[in-house]
Amino acid sequence: MAQHQDRNGRRLVIAVPYLWLLVFFLVPFLIVLKISFSQIAVAMPPYTPTFSLGEGWNGLVAAFKELSFDNYIWLTEDDLYIRSYLSSLWIAFVSTVITLLVGYPVAYGMARAPSHWRATLLMLVILPFWTSFLIRVYAWIGILKPEGLLTVVLQTIGILSPDEQVRVLNTTTAVYIGIVYSYLPFMVLPLYSALEKLDGSLLEAAEDLGCHPLKAFWVITFPLSLPGVIAGCFLVFIPAVGEFVIPDLLGGSETLMIGKTLWAEFFSNRDWPVSSAVAVILLLVLILPIVLFQRAQQRAQEREAG
Amino acid sequence: MVTKGTAAKKAAPRKTAAKAAPRKAAAASARSKAKSEASSGQPGKVGPVRRTFAPWNDPAAKPFILYENITKRFGDFVAVDDLTLGIYEREFFSLLGPSGCGKTTLLRMLAGFETPTEGRILLDGQDISTVPPYRRPVNMMFQSYALFPHMSVADNIAFGLKQDKMPKGEIADRVDEMLKLVKLEPFKTRKPHQLSGGQRQRVALARSIAKRPKVLLLDEPLGALDKKLREQTQFELTDLQQQLGLTFLIVTHDQEEAMTVSDRIAVMNQGNIIQVSTPAEMYEYPNSRYVADFIGDINLIEGTIASVSRGKVTVETADAGKLVVNQDLKADKGQKAWIAIRPEKVRIALKKPAARTDNVMSGEVWDIGYLGDVSTYHVKLPAGSTVKALQTNATRLIERPITWEDQAWLSFSPDGAVVLLS
Repeated sequence: MAQHQDRNGRRLVIAVPYLWLLVFFLVPFLIVLKISFSQIAVAMPPYTPTFSLGEGWNGLVAAFKELSFDNYIWLTEDDLYIRSYLSSLWIAFVSTVITLLVGYPVAYGMARAPSHWRATLLMLVILPFWTSFLIRVYAWIGILKPEGLLTVVLQTIGILSPDEQVRVLNTTTAVYIGIVYSYLPFMVLPLYSALEKLDGSLLEAAEDLGCHPLKAFWVITFPLSLPGVIAGCFLVFIPAVGEFVIPDLLGGSETLMIGKTLWAEFFSNRDWPVSSAVAVILLLVLILPIVLFQRAQQRAQEREAG
Repeated sequence: MVTKGTAAKKAAPRKTAAKAAPRKAAAASARSKAKSEASSGQPGKVGPVRRTFAPWNDPAAKPFILYENITKRFGDFVAVDDLTLGIYEREFFSLLGPSGCGKTTLLRMLAGFETPTEGRILLDGQDISTVPPYRRPVNMMFQSYALFPHMSVADNIAFGLKQDKMPKGEIADRVDEMLKLVKLEPFKTRKPHQLSGGQRQRVALARSIAKRPKVLLLDEPLGALDKKLREQTQFELTDLQQQLGLTFLIVTHDQEEAMTVSDRIAVMNQGNIIQVSTPAEMYEYPNSRYVADFIGDINLIEGTIASVSRGKVTVETADAGKLVVNQDLKADKGQKAWIAIRPEKVRIALKKPAARTDNVMSGEVWDIGYLGDVSTYHVKLPAGSTVKALQTNATRLIERPITWEDQAWLSFSPDGAVVLLS
């Protein structure tokens, strides 16, 4: 009896996350998927067909027959979408690499700091989250605009002459700055947790065996921090691909990102079906590599265990 | 464990009579009733093991490792206090002491992980105080083993050789040789987390000797192993050390381990060395109550010096009247002193020993500890202190066994005890 209850309890605990995913991820995704197969219409909602139980079984069947792949075919015909996808992936990739290059020394320094300092440092990394993301991105406009803080500082220290101004805002560079700034904590935290676990005696052992400390970093520290590197890169890359706010506020007209394209389709064109198709493709583009990667990792783990 | 002399360039076996088996006897001596024939001041005859390797008695011999007036401070804490110590080539030297006594700091200074605040360290006559760890010809076996978790057993062992840019073929040969030495050939491709504690310990050992360092440093190498495995590995270590002809410096808090493996032991306390000597000397002639108490079990009977003559000391005690010890001692009459006597050197009997007139005490049996091979009897003397007597259970049946509350007679030979002044 007790065992029976125990099993029910376990089922309940497992059911909670599944239910959550079902209600807040799968159902919305299916709605988006359905819209992506629909056609644009001047109506409310702005697409057909709409399912309604009022027309009975035949009505439902007729509605299903109206669904088509037209929107997906459309996406392949206009190269705007392909370019948006590729450009998004590239910008996300470059941003991730820069975030890693900036985040690694930060995390390393934190992990090596005296232990009574670490909690404070960790706090400082998380502190920006207490201010709205949108406000922080707006703040960057103030810094990067031609007459902004950056220009003033560079003029003061003499790098720019008084009549020169920085031309960063509304360029892809500004987008990189925005993404690296916004996502840095997501890179630093997993890196920190990986580096903090590192046993210091391993580095001593490497040095003892004749390895220069600089080399020991590459053969011991870095390989052992790889799980943190991978986690951090995923946490930055995935949201960066679909980023909308940063390219919209900081980027210029030449900055092409899929998030912006999607927004334009949805709000400017009111073409819900095409924007839904864009969203579905984006999801597939992101999910496939993650699934493949996870499978490879699982296989590697099994190989190690066996 | 070891079958062939592999790396022993100067492989002249130095303890010809002291291979594994006699060493076992040395360990057992801690519990045996073997009595020292030596009179005091002649340490050459102390203990049941005869040693031929004793460069520390040779005034011409130069220490291979020399700590010279070393002081190490961490902030206000003095870890090592103006310490001088010489260790000879091919010696198996133990640093023994409680945690925080500075023994690990001493080891880490030789490895290069700590720099002395004052003083210098000489290795083979050269000052190595400023040489970084990765250029020192010493290797260390870490207490935590510090195996690289992302590398296989073979890669772990090869790590140091790769740093030396040794040709690939030679590395492979050396790794195989090391794997054979520690009997881990089948585990070559395993990762450390797939090994048992004992196997990891062997990998760590193989890795630290793969480069054939001049000195091997061992930081509590057997601490993580269970008792049986630890005892077995102790003998393997000594065999390996002889076979490879290396100098071993080991840090341990386990006195039995130190007794078993060492040529000499240094007992440390609060950053100072209290006594340096061979295990048998340390056991039979401790120079202070601290050492006597730290190494093995001992009875300390407090008293005052009654008379001192050549080779003989008489101590007046409250518990047992006048006690006599054969020892050359410089002491003043009336000075406070302690008679230190090992439990196995105390005889216990129900009848008053007829043959002996000196060193006889009488008391009540307070406690009996039966350990199978031996029994310990705690006898309470009239003045209140307790003396332990250890008896080997050599026969199965005993006519009249000693029991609780029996009135028992304790006695010891004047040769069996030492008088300590501190």
